[in-house]
Amino acid sequence: MKEAVSKFKGVITENGGEIVHEENWGLRKLAYPIQKKTTGFYYLLEFKAEGSLIDKLETQYRRDERIIRFLTFRMDKYAVEYAERKRSAKVEQKQQEE
Amino acid sequence: MSQNQSEIRYLTPPTVEIKKKKYCRFKKNGIKYVDYKDAEFLKKFLNEQGKILPRRLTGTSLKYQRKVATAVKRARHLAILPFVTDLLK
Repeated sequence: MKEAVSKFKGVITENGGEIVHEENWGLRKLAYPIQKKTTGFYYLLEFKAEGSLIDKLETQYRRDERIIRFLTFRMDKYAVEYAERKRSAKVEQKQQEE
Repeated sequence: MSQNQSEIRYLTPPTVEIKKKKYCRFKKNGIKYVDYKDAEFLKKFLNEQGKILPRRLTGTSLKYQRKVATAVKRARHLAILPFVTDLLK
């Protein structure tokens, strides 16, 4: 799974993208079976890139058998704000724990 | 006559429904973005079969109802929420 993640991170950075944030959710149960599988690894990548990258990235997703589902979408300003606030909240939590 | 009318007594007190005013929880709490990753939150907008509840029941404003709908659909695509089920809650 790590291999697949690093592969797609490579695809993004090689095509002029910049990864802002990544999140590993680990193994989770799927809400419904996909390709007869009931569990899957979730991984979230937040990145900045030109629109032309998306096509390349999605063809790569489709070619890779390890990817069972993917979703790429444009984040509006509220989404960016939300993601940033969530991240900073997490950092604060960690600092408090320490 | 008017005295008689005022003396009408009900066996059971008439139930007058007091309508609770609905409000948009996004506007009230200042939520601007509906997160598709937060399944527990999105479940508030689904019935137990996993269908999206109408605005007239949840009181959500149109702007946020649309956002809820896209968030739910994204979550369904990624198998965070089911398309169809029984007894979701």
